Amino acid sequence: MSATAAARPRPAIGRWWSALGPTGGALVALIVLVAANSIFTPNFATAGNFWNVLLQLSVTLLVSVGMTFVIATGGVDLAVGSVMAISAAVAAVTVDQGLWIAIPLALAAGMAVGLLNGAFVSYFKVQAIVVTLATLLAGRGMAQVINRDGALLTIEDPGFLALGRGHVGPLPVQVLIAAVVVALAVFLLRSTPFGRYVLAAGGNPAAARLAGVPVNRTVVSVYVLSGLLAGMAGLIEASRLGASAAAKIGQGAELDAIAAVVVGGTLLSGGRATLLGTVVGALIMQVIATSFNMLLIPYSWSLAFKALIILVAVYLQRPRRV
Amino acid sequence: MSTPDPILRMEGITKRFAGATALDGVDFELRRGEVHALVGENGAGKSTLIKIMTGAYRRDGGQVWLEGEPVDFRTPADAQAAGVIAVHQEIHLLAYRTVAENVYLGREPRRWGLVDWGRMNTDTGALLQRLGLAIDPAATLGALSTAQQQMVAIARGVSLGAKVLVLDEPTSSLAEREVAILYTLIRQLQAEGTAIVYISHRFDELYTVCDRVTVLRDGKLVGTRHLRELERLDLVCLMLGKPREALREGTTGFGGHQAEAEGTAPLLRAEGLRRGQKLRGVSLDVRKGEILGVAGLLGSGRTETARAIFGADPAQEGTIQLDGKRLDPRTPDDAIAAGIAFVSEDRKGEGIIPELSVRENLTLAALPTLTRAGIVDRARQREIVDRFMSRLGIKATSADQKIRELSGGNQQKVLLARWLCMNPALLILDEPTRGIDIGAKAEIQSLINELAGTGLGVLMISSELEELVEGSSRVVVLRDGQNVAELRGDAISQQSIIHAMAEGSAAAAPATLEA
Repeated sequence: MSATAAARPRPAIGRWWSALGPTGGALVALIVLVAANSIFTPNFATAGNFWNVLLQLSVTLLVSVGMTFVIATGGVDLAVGSVMAISAAVAAVTVDQGLWIAIPLALAAGMAVGLLNGAFVSYFKVQAIVVTLATLLAGRGMAQVINRDGALLTIEDPGFLALGRGHVGPLPVQVLIAAVVVALAVFLLRSTPFGRYVLAAGGNPAAARLAGVPVNRTVVSVYVLSGLLAGMAGLIEASRLGASAAAKIGQGAELDAIAAVVVGGTLLSGGRATLLGTVVGALIMQVIATSFNMLLIPYSWSLAFKALIILVAVYLQRPRRV
Repeated sequence: MSTPDPILRMEGITKRFAGATALDGVDFELRRGEVHALVGENGAGKSTLIKIMTGAYRRDGGQVWLEGEPVDFRTPADAQAAGVIAVHQEIHLLAYRTVAENVYLGREPRRWGLVDWGRMNTDTGALLQRLGLAIDPAATLGALSTAQQQMVAIARGVSLGAKVLVLDEPTSSLAEREVAILYTLIRQLQAEGTAIVYISHRFDELYTVCDRVTVLRDGKLVGTRHLRELERLDLVCLMLGKPREALREGTTGFGGHQAEAEGTAPLLRAEGLRRGQKLRGVSLDVRKGEILGVAGLLGSGRTETARAIFGADPAQEGTIQLDGKRLDPRTPDDAIAAGIAFVSEDRKGEGIIPELSVRENLTLAALPTLTRAGIVDRARQREIVDRFMSRLGIKATSADQKIRELSGGNQQKVLLARWLCMNPALLILDEPTRGIDIGAKAEIQSLINELAGTGLGVLMISSELEELVEGSSRVVVLRDGQNVAELRGDAISQQSIIHAMAEGSAAAAPATLEA
């Protein structure tokens, strides 16, 4: 029946709209938000603010890209905030050995946490929310240990500081990194077998396994990827601060990322993912935060408004049965 | 039957979905105490009609009368309150709660505002006893067999005061002996005057349990007949909308007995496969170009044999040889690499990836061979998808349509194509035509036949005897995880298979019935 219903020719706009799929609603919301702010918020539509939004966005975006892959497999990674703190702490204590040691070590630490998460989720079949809740708690503690028992470790290496403060031409380095990561991730999801396997493992793991898809390996990879990207985000955050603050870096990052992913239209149950949607979702969250800040509305109100946006987005995307 | 007054009458029912007409002026009449079959191919409008009957959809045109009074159900709750109740093929009950809780879900008997557990359990017990069901009201629903859960779902309908009970493919997950329990229950309800609408793809059932049949085709009413006066072949003709002469003797797409591939060395030889309690020493061999049928009741080890050969649930003991070479598949990957393909009986649960497109589903297994420098080669992917969509006649708006939007038959074709594009040596099919409408069924059957003709070895598990008899070169019959018979040539008949399934294991040694 649905086949015959779908066989009707659609008008061009309808086709365009359906190609956007679940991201459509989020995109409309973003456009409305930006338009309203351009009119009502003084100085919103300025080049300075544009860069400001992008700067604030890049850390969330890195984490959200990893989260998109994890959620696409039907899992969730609550540990990303703690991984950010671990990676920053590792970089802070090893930065004197040189960047070529500090940065790979920091990223490797993030990937190691991801590997642990992935192994428990795939091979030991523990629920992702439980596994990553454990690493969220343990990871935060570990970051403080690495950080010499919670001290604030300042980092002065100019190369490292360039990560969060430098520019390439007009582009801030961190915006450039986020853009490259998004582009690579889109490519990974769309054009490689791995990307297909992620969606297959999330959409129907039993069927995927019988079709020869390496389901367990795919799930592990997804958490490792999430750990790697969270590690990157931690480095950028530390560079922006000029220090590693184990108790502060990445605090609540997992919730921002999950919100961005869900608002963008990726199914929480897995099997459907849209990175474009994640970018839109992250932008929505950032525009809200920035504009509320500029309008001098208290931070707590922006939280309430974000919550509203999340609920509306999820409501609009709920599976409909006819 | 002396034309009793109808309990439910529907006239000129019309339903449109965004322009497409799903039902076009359909009449339906249900009498007190009758079991009325509703049949039609996928897309005929059966489920739409049922959903309008039970309040899940609102009609766009037509009238409905229940016991002579015009009714207009806005929700399933409305219909339920009036006594029109649907029991679906997937059981919509709470697995972790007890039988009594499920029966009284949403209308628990109260005492001083609290749930009256005692009364709930006694009443449920009395109800189950009246229906002749040996089920403990205090048992956890999920711990019961599928059949018992189904009975509980029906009992719930009865306790809601069902005048009209709609059973949507009630036997799809039942074993043969469980089906018998269902039949007894249906007769019991019939005797109490309940009218039953019975939807099923299985002709045997329709003829066993139903009095009349209403046939739908493409959203239109074809007619209502007494089953006693309607030959099976004529019923098929009504469903397909073809004159009787257009159909050949068989109702399957195999078109009669298959010749045996004589003399060739076996492609697959499996010996003494064992795994736990389900698989207790199964041996079989498949030759190139033949279809080996595997028969057996549910729980006979049919599916387990297939899964062991495919490495999905590897055998703990026994040997498997493919083309003379020893094979020890521990994962599906191993079997796929060796050239074995497997289409599971559970299309939804283990076949399709619902959110992915036809193209992605079709090439899922072949992806590793479709990459260049780690990137999926879109041109080659498209070429393969186009080739197999046209060769298998897969009907979809485009290769980008999500597979969940396709009919069961088309989904099955996509899953077949998923393996055929890998050029397998051995194709294992577990219930290849289950839940597929008759037209697509015949197409898939003739496709399987054609594939075997090209030299592929096919191992076909089926619970449809017709399919086994007409499709197989040889039939291996399993029972309780062991071989009980191997039938060949003229010895292959529905009777001989049933005989072997029922009594084959009485003999200590596997009996072989030679032609």
